[in-house]
Formats: sequence, structure tokens, C-alpha cells
Amino acid sequence: MSREEQMQQAKNAYLEEARELLGDLEDALLELESSPEDHELINRVFRSMHTIKGSGAMFGFDDIAMFTHELETVFDLVRNDELRVTSELLDLTLKSRDLILEMLHQDGCHASACQSESERIVTRLRGFLEQAGKGPSGLIAAESDAEGTGATGSSGEVSTVFRVRFKPDARIFLTGTNPLALLEELTELGNCKIVARTENIPRLDEMDPVSCYTWWDMILVTSRGKEAIQDVFIFVEDDCELTIQEVETVDPDEVAHVGKRLGEILVERGDVKIQDLQEILKQQRPLGELLTQAGLVSSQGLEAALTEQEVVREARVPRVEHKEAVSSIRVEAAKLDKLGDLVGELVIVQARLTQLVTQRHDTALGSLAEELERLSDELRDNTLGIRMLPIGSTFNKFLRLVRDLSKELGKEIELVTQGGETELDKNVIEKLNDPMVHLLRNSIDHGVESPEARQAKGKPGKGKITLSAEHASGEVLIRIMDDGAGIEPAKIRAKALEKGLIGPDVALSDDEVLQLVFLPGFSTAEQVSNVSGRGVGMDVVKRGIDALRGVIKLESVPNKGTSVLIKLPLTLAIIDGLQVEVAQEQYVIPLSAVEECVELDRFKSNFGENGEMINLRGEAVPFIRLRNWFDQNGALPTIEQVVIVNVQEQRIGLVVDKVIGQHQTVIKSLGRVYRELDGISGATINGDGTMALILDVQALVGAAVRNVVQGDG
Amino acid sequence: MSKRIMTVDDSSSVRQMVGFTLKDAGYEVVEAVDGKDALTKLSGTVDMIITDLNMPNMDGIEFIRQVRALPNYKFVPIVMLTTESQAEKKQVGKEAGATGWIVKPFKPDQLLAVVKKVVR
Repeated sequence: MSREEQMQQAKNAYLEEARELLGDLEDALLELESSPEDHELINRVFRSMHTIKGSGAMFGFDDIAMFTHELETVFDLVRNDELRVTSELLDLTLKSRDLILEMLHQDGCHASACQSESERIVTRLRGFLEQAGKGPSGLIAAESDAEGTGATGSSGEVSTVFRVRFKPDARIFLTGTNPLALLEELTELGNCKIVARTENIPRLDEMDPVSCYTWWDMILVTSRGKEAIQDVFIFVEDDCELTIQEVETVDPDEVAHVGKRLGEILVERGDVKIQDLQEILKQQRPLGELLTQAGLVSSQGLEAALTEQEVVREARVPRVEHKEAVSSIRVEAAKLDKLGDLVGELVIVQARLTQLVTQRHDTALGSLAEELERLSDELRDNTLGIRMLPIGSTFNKFLRLVRDLSKELGKEIELVTQGGETELDKNVIEKLNDPMVHLLRNSIDHGVESPEARQAKGKPGKGKITLSAEHASGEVLIRIMDDGAGIEPAKIRAKALEKGLIGPDVALSDDEVLQLVFLPGFSTAEQVSNVSGRGVGMDVVKRGIDALRGVIKLESVPNKGTSVLIKLPLTLAIIDGLQVEVAQEQYVIPLSAVEECVELDRFKSNFGENGEMINLRGEAVPFIRLRNWFDQNGALPTIEQVVIVNVQEQRIGLVVDKVIGQHQTVIKSLGRVYRELDGISGATINGDGTMALILDVQALVGAAVRNVVQGDG
Repeated sequence: MSKRIMTVDDSSSVRQMVGFTLKDAGYEVVEAVDGKDALTKLSGTVDMIITDLNMPNMDGIEFIRQVRALPNYKFVPIVMLTTESQAEKKQVGKEAGATGWIVKPFKPDQLLAVVKKVVR
């Protein structure tokens, strides 16, 4: 469904709902006539009005929202016992209610009649306000801050240096606010240096763990203006100490004029030799050092000030070079691959170090290891970032493909691309090429009909294929959509039966039936036309996507079109993994699939013949014992752990002995001999130098679900 | 793992709009019709709650208070939907433990901007 259709659907829901609310409002008002003091009734009236107004404006009924606002204002007074319910007020309110109903149905020609009627009623409503001694001012303006924020601020390329001090209230955590998220948001505005002020942190035994003692000094160079900074802190500005000071404006066109220092001038004039000057300067101690020693400035205060000095200098100086500097350089791809490998190795070594340090309980070494961890994390992110390319370059290649192919087939097809700027790992983009070509060919060849057939169905003669890419919560979503003939689930089912891929009495939803096209052996030779010229089927596409640790899904509405959704992880080389142990062997579960970890003995598990299920808060979740899956023996621990994983809305549990923790996992691919192993997608090297296998969660989920289906059947 | 957001509103049109805007942006959405309903549906990981204030059975303010009393959800960001931009209502909400607010009417982009602000 398109965005517009969804919006229209929501709008219809609003109309429906508003009618209901107006009915309810009428009932409540009539009841109120006989018991004007009933607070519950007054609240009901108020709530109805409130909802009509609030959603009205959201779905474009601005006139209704404005009008209802006036009505609501009056009833707010009634609710607060500042105005009494009179029959005159009820009359007017009932009239207003009828008017709103009319406004809902109005089709334009009655608009002016409604308009004048609404003005009359509003005037009388305001009369009630005056009666209660409340002028209409203030309340009327209430709506204004919904719009118009943020537009101002960017004034060309002129950037300003701001000094921001953020001292949150100690109880800030209790409102669900994460101060670090705010700082992160601030750094997105420009070049930002942050100094954490920790002098207020009390001794451990006096500390309240849910209080915030830290505060921050920040220097920000941004072109976005003060409002943008205030917007970052909008939710907390009332209960924190926030100061935003403008330090100076840096105009790019202005020539740098850092005044010469005394020493420089003296040397230039020949009054002093440079060696002598340096000798003298060595004896002089920095001002900051003198001040801290005298106890006049705290060392953190000094650090913050020095940071400011540095940032301001940076902002002034590099501008001149900036214009000449080249914005990008070309690097051989092999060098990037090598860099990626090295970072991978570094992450492994760092993990080993961390593990070792944890065993030693050495604080000095510990903080060093933490520092290294932070640096290697950043290095990893940056290195992976270098390898990212916008997917748009491949999209452009497809324009040609679609044009040539559709001509050959006598079809008219337009290719629309969206989200070409979405970035993906270079290797992923390369490996994505073949599957995409294949899917596009399918759409052109089998999806979009000939112009005559399309016109007979009442569609425009020109077909449309949409190629889109977007980022969504740590994954990249790629969609290939056509507005062609679509696929009839019944036909797929019949064919799968004929090929013996499913049994005759297997119950599958339409959605599941569609996914059968990805099974090996589904595609047939008859389907090959000389255009697509392929002897391969969708199973090859799926294998290609699987190799990228991606997920592929087919959706289709007969006569409306077909859409293929590909979900891909952002990168291939390094993932966050959850390390678990089964019979002294370690395994890694990709963290992206993990939902939660629970203990097995906490709930009753029923041991079916084939499938085993646990009761997870009322939901039956099948589970697999990794011990059985990998044929491991050895003593069972007293408490077994279940890691709940979720792949494409299918939850299963993996029973393990022990959950060790979350680690950066560098994926090493398995040799050819092991490639066909079910349930394993790769291996990694642990912190202690031993190996761990990475589980192929998708395959395990498939197996668990099959178990259950067979158990039921 | 996609982030899970709970939306609480007695108006089905608002729920629909909030729901599809969030799903479109890749979030998982749990819907509830009022505070009482929301409390029964609150389980597992919830990364953010968006709640209306005026609702039957249990209003938004009381709901926020009760959520903050639950150890598992003490620090979950809660954003209230309000037409009342009056400082008073926002203040009551904040005291109850709300993280921020969105003033109705809002556009999908404004909603997403606030979500991105509190869910990191």
C-alpha cells in the first residue's frame, strides 16, 4: 500500500471515528442537561471534543480543529469549575456539534455557509469566556507552537562557535532521558568537542546509582544557529542548567588575522635572536599550569577552556586550505580489503586482551584495555565506513538493462529508482548485482504485461518497475516492485505439488506459498524464454542473498503487481555476536537475531514427539537443543538457558548450557569441505585464541518450524 | 534487531497514523487503546512509549506514573501526545516521568524526528 493510500485510510478512519464521537458527545450533552454537576459526564464531553480537535488537524480538517478548540476552551473552564453548565451553554454546544458534523461532510459548496455559522457560534462562545472572567487571549494562541519551529537558523556557510554548558538535573534518568544521546545529537550539528565535568561525583558509598552527577562543557562550531542547539535540549531545558553562549563568528570569506605575538615581532625586528627567545620561553610555565597550581582553576575547568581555544583555532585556520584541498582520493580496492582484514585481526587481539585483563583484576591495565577497546571500535566503524558506497551507481546500470529488454519484448516500462544514496558495503553491492539483474529480468519478462494486455485491464499502457533502497534499524532494505500481472498463489501451489516439493495435505498460508518459488527445483526449463535466457531459477537468487546473510521475501497481489523485498545486513566482515557455550564448546549467535535470554526451568516445557515447545509469556515457542543438534554429550548443567531468536517474525528458542556475553565477532568463512553444514554459517576466533562456530540462525529457525509442523501433521 | 515502540491512544485514526509512520520507518509497533490496556500489553523489550493524555479508563498521566513504578520500564523514554501546549499540562506530565512531548497536530516527519531523538 502506498503512503497516500495509507493516509487516505487513516483519514477515513478519522471520519468514522469523528461521527461516533459526535454521537457520543450528543448523548453526553443530553444527559448533562439532567445532571449538570456530573463530573464524569463533563470529562466525557471534554474528551470527545479533544479527540475531534487533535486528530482533525492531523488529517487536514483545520477548520474543524480551530472551531473545536474554541469549544474545548469553554469546557476546560467547566471542567475546572470556573463556569457552570447552563441550558444556554448546552444549546450552543449542541448547535456546535451539529455544525462539526456538517463540516465533516461538507464538499466545498456549503463551506461559506458553515464559515459564517461557525463565526457566529465562536463569538457567542467567547462571550462565555468573558463571563468567567477569562479573556480569549492566551488560550487562542495555544496552537501556534505546533508549527514553524526550526525553519530559521542556517545562514549560509557562516559558522559560529558556541560555548554550551549542560548541567542536567540529578533526577534526569527518571524521566527516561539519556544525556549521552543529547550530546550525540549535539555532535551531529557540527564540529563538537566535549569535556565531561566529573568533580561533583561523590564517593562510591555516598552515590545514588540512579542520579546524574556528571555535567558537560561543550564547544561547538556550527552553521545551524542557536535555535538548533536549543532544539536538542528542548525536552530538558526546564529542569537543567543550560547556557549557550556565542563565542565568535567565523566568516569563511574573512581573511585569517591572528595577531603576531610579541616574541615574533621582536625576532623580526632583529632585536632578539630566535635561539635566545626559545631559551627564555622554556623557563616560562604555561598560564594554565600556574593557575591550577594556585588552586584558582580546577584541572577540568582548564581542560574545557583549552579545548575551546583549540576548537576556535581549528575553525579559523583550516578554512584557507580548505578550498584547495581535494575532497576525495582514489584508493585501490585491494588496499581497503587489506585494511579491513587488519582491523578484523586487531579486534580479535583486543578481545583477547580484554579477556586477559578481566582475569587479572589489574585496574591500571583495565583502563588501558578499555581505552584500546574504544579506539579499536572507532577504528572499526571508520574502516567499515570507508568501504561503504552508495547503491545508486548500480541502479543506473539497470536503467539501460530495462530499456533494452523492454524494447526487445515490445513492452513499455519505466524504471523508477529511490534511495540511490543509501550506502552499502562495496563487496555487498558487487555480489548483489547478479541477483538484482535476475529479479529485474523476471519482472520485465513475466511481471509487466504487454501494453495491450495492460490497457484491457484498465492499467496505463506503460508499466512501472520501482527499485528502492533504504536504511531501517541496522539493515538495508531493497525493494523491486512492478505493477504487472502478479502471481496467483494457487498456481504456485499446484506447481510445487507437481514437482513434489510439498505434500498434498500441507497447510500453508498464501504468503508461505509464495515463498515456495525460492525452493531449489521449483523453476522449470519451460519457463526460459530467449530473453531471460536463464537456466537458473529463483533458488539461485536466494542462495546469492543467503550468502550475504540477507533475507528475501516475495509479495504479490494478482493483477496489481509483485514485489521482492531483500533485507541485508550493513556489513559482512564484523558483527555483534552473543557467545554461548554447549558442552564446553563455544558458539556465536548473531546479536541482530537475538531477542532475549531466559532460563529453561522457569516454565513448563512440553516435550512433544518431534518438536519441543516452551511457554513464553503465553506464546508457544518451539525450541532446539543445540546439544542434540550438534550431537554433543557431557553433563547437563542444572539450569539451562534459552536464547530466544527471531527471524522474519518467527520466534524460536535455542537451548544452551551457558550464555557468556556479547562480543565483537570477526567472521571467518569456512573451508569448502564444511560449507554445506546445516546450521553453521562461519567461524570466529575467541578472545583466548580458541575457535567458535557462528550459528546460521535462519537455518535453525527453519528446522525448528519444520519439526513442529511435522509433529502436528 | 528492530526497535519496539508502544503507542497508546484511544483514537484509532491517530493509532493508525502513528502505527504506519513508525512501521514504514522500520520500527516494530505495539498498539494499545488506553492506559489500562497498555499496562497489560507491556512486556519484553520496549524501546519507547508514545502515549496520548486524554483517554478513558486510565489517562496518560496515570499511565506514565504506573510505568515509572515498574522496575523494568523505569528508564524507558515516554513521549506524550498533547494538544495542550500549555506549560501546565507538560509540567504535570514531566513530573509523572515523561521524557518529552509532541504537540498535536503533527506531521509524520515531526513524529519521526522526536522518535529518533529519544531512541538511539
